[in-house]
Amino acid sequence: MSLIETLRDENQSGPAFIRHIGAGNIILAVLLILYPAVASDFFLTQIGGYTLIFGMIALSLMLLAGYGGMVSLAQITVVGVAGYSVAIFGENSSDVMGFGWPWWIYVPVAVLFAATASALIGLIAVRTEGIYTIMITLAVATAAFYFAQQNYTLFNGFPGYAGLRAPEVFGVNWRDPLPFYYLCLGTASLCYAAVLYGAQSTFGLTLQATRDNQRRMRAIGYNTTAHKVFAWFLSGAIAGLAGVLLVWFQGRISPGTIGVGAAVNVLIIAVIGGLRHPIGPFLGAILVVMMQTFAIDIVGAERFNTLIGLVFLGVVLLSPDGMLGLWEKAKPYLKQNSLRPDP
Amino acid sequence: MSETSNLRDELSSPPKGPTRKQIWVGFGVLVGLVLIWMIVAQWPDWLDAILISKKAFLSAILNGLTLAGLYFLVASGFTLIFGLMRNVNLAHGSLYLLGAYVGYEIATRTGNWFIGVGGAFIAIALVGLIMQILVFRRLEGDDLRQTLVSIGISIVAADLMLAVWSGGTYQILTPEWISGAIKLPVVTAERSNGTLVFLKYPLYRLIVLGVAVAIGVALWLTLNKTRIGMMIRAGVDDREMLSASGVNVHYVFAGVFALGAGLAGLAGVIGGSALSVAPGEDIRYLLASLVVVIVGGMGSITGAAIGALLIGLAEQIGLVYFPTYGVVLTFVIMVVTLAIRPEGIMGKRL
Repeated sequence: MSLIETLRDENQSGPAFIRHIGAGNIILAVLLILYPAVASDFFLTQIGGYTLIFGMIALSLMLLAGYGGMVSLAQITVVGVAGYSVAIFGENSSDVMGFGWPWWIYVPVAVLFAATASALIGLIAVRTEGIYTIMITLAVATAAFYFAQQNYTLFNGFPGYAGLRAPEVFGVNWRDPLPFYYLCLGTASLCYAAVLYGAQSTFGLTLQATRDNQRRMRAIGYNTTAHKVFAWFLSGAIAGLAGVLLVWFQGRISPGTIGVGAAVNVLIIAVIGGLRHPIGPFLGAILVVMMQTFAIDIVGAERFNTLIGLVFLGVVLLSPDGMLGLWEKAKPYLKQNSLRPDP
Repeated sequence: MSETSNLRDELSSPPKGPTRKQIWVGFGVLVGLVLIWMIVAQWPDWLDAILISKKAFLSAILNGLTLAGLYFLVASGFTLIFGLMRNVNLAHGSLYLLGAYVGYEIATRTGNWFIGVGGAFIAIALVGLIMQILVFRRLEGDDLRQTLVSIGISIVAADLMLAVWSGGTYQILTPEWISGAIKLPVVTAERSNGTLVFLKYPLYRLIVLGVAVAIGVALWLTLNKTRIGMMIRAGVDDREMLSASGVNVHYVFAGVFALGAGLAGLAGVIGGSALSVAPGEDIRYLLASLVVVIVGGMGSITGAAIGALLIGLAEQIGLVYFPTYGVVLTFVIMVVTLAIRPEGIMGKRL
């Protein structure tokens, strides 16, 4: 299916450069780069940065679910691995651990740990199929949450770690709103582009073919398990990057960060946005973060979960492909159907 | 299908020497003998040194068995629903918690614990019935969306329960005559003056265990010896054929969903009396049912019993002997099972 989409994209006209990246992506990039000109500090970090970070976490899920057909609820656990690695290897103010390594060592280590953890979870999850993956990853996420809460020597138990700061590099304090926004934007764009590129690479196509018919791919001679586990690794790297940004953003990490609520939240973002294109998770993140920020004024902080739960139920029941699905449905009405060439 | 694989096993096994089954039975008898010795005998000092004390060990085992009973009650409903409808109902924990709250309300208002248990069973069975008819029936055959919907329901349910019953902890009071501890005919130690110290254990927890065993046996008999059970088993194997042979599968589905949900509600009251009722318990019991059915094999009542035993014992033994790593032990059991038998101990091949 996505192969057909790819072919259709290539049929579009325009200069080679724009055709290669896609006009929509270029407009989006320009808008996002210019966003700080109109946004206040609050909108830069609490809305902009937060959306991009959660968009990245949901993107890591989209990669697995959309291209690999494996819906994971353990993405937040992978984020937590990166976050706790930052707290343990970097500096924190909790007087536990905190090796004080420089950022250019602990960031790659954290991302690598996250990717490895994700690959290990994947190694367990790929032993079963379909719906079982959700159950197993949910069990992994819940077990990780309880473990982090009970263990004080490594995870500092219930309070977790505080005092995590983005470093000052090249004379720029990356904690300030504007640099932090651009840091998030840069990382998110990198991941988004990587997923877009990866989806059309040999590996990406193999993964999608495995999703559609694993038995046939195995019969042709592909090592489907290895491809799937590698997809988990890549997804873990994205979630790990997001995890580093998340703990820099929040300044702390505790078991609550990786709880079941948070795990489900990631799934909600990805499903509301749509799992068929990498832009979906970011759309979902915008909607959910906006709701989190502004719906509280309407329904009150206590009943917020009911609201988001109902929105999620509505999306799942009415539009299985999320906001992207709504867009697909609206498209024929926006364009004149009769003028389009037959596929 | 299982018959052919059994046949294949028999054909491929070597004609001489002990078979696999004999080895397992022998192993089981050996473990049983060791356990009996550990219960009956006075422990030598070296064993006390390893396992803290006989009292701690036996309490851990008994607590583990009780917890296993509770887990079985929750997980049996989960596994029944999954086995028949391929529906991973992630709102199962919410049904447990709702059952506990409803049971608490009924029990405190009527002053009768048994009405509370029965009322919760009926109420949650009705909730399950409504969920099945209004929501899951519309999404039949779409596993992923059913699961996502059940996640959505559990979020809304958890929030609404928080709104009604707030964040406090409730304790459902059991009748006087089943509260309190009884002396078990097991000697834990001998005082220097020669009197024997017997193991004391709360009677209520033993009743929980008894109820779980009774319900387990009843479920097994229903499934294996009755006509309805035959329909359910046929539905697990092949829905379409059952439907084609003139059974209204939707009635069977609705009935099994109601039964599974009702069992979760019942477990809620029983668990809420043994432990306590508070927000967050829904996730705890959802995790427990997930791990139990992953380990035991999905859709199998016997598997749920085995899984519940393993997980309940592992959790309580872990709590006594390596406190902060108890969860890891549960997790290790799950991973090892998946590595050796991805379909679970009693599960069928995917």
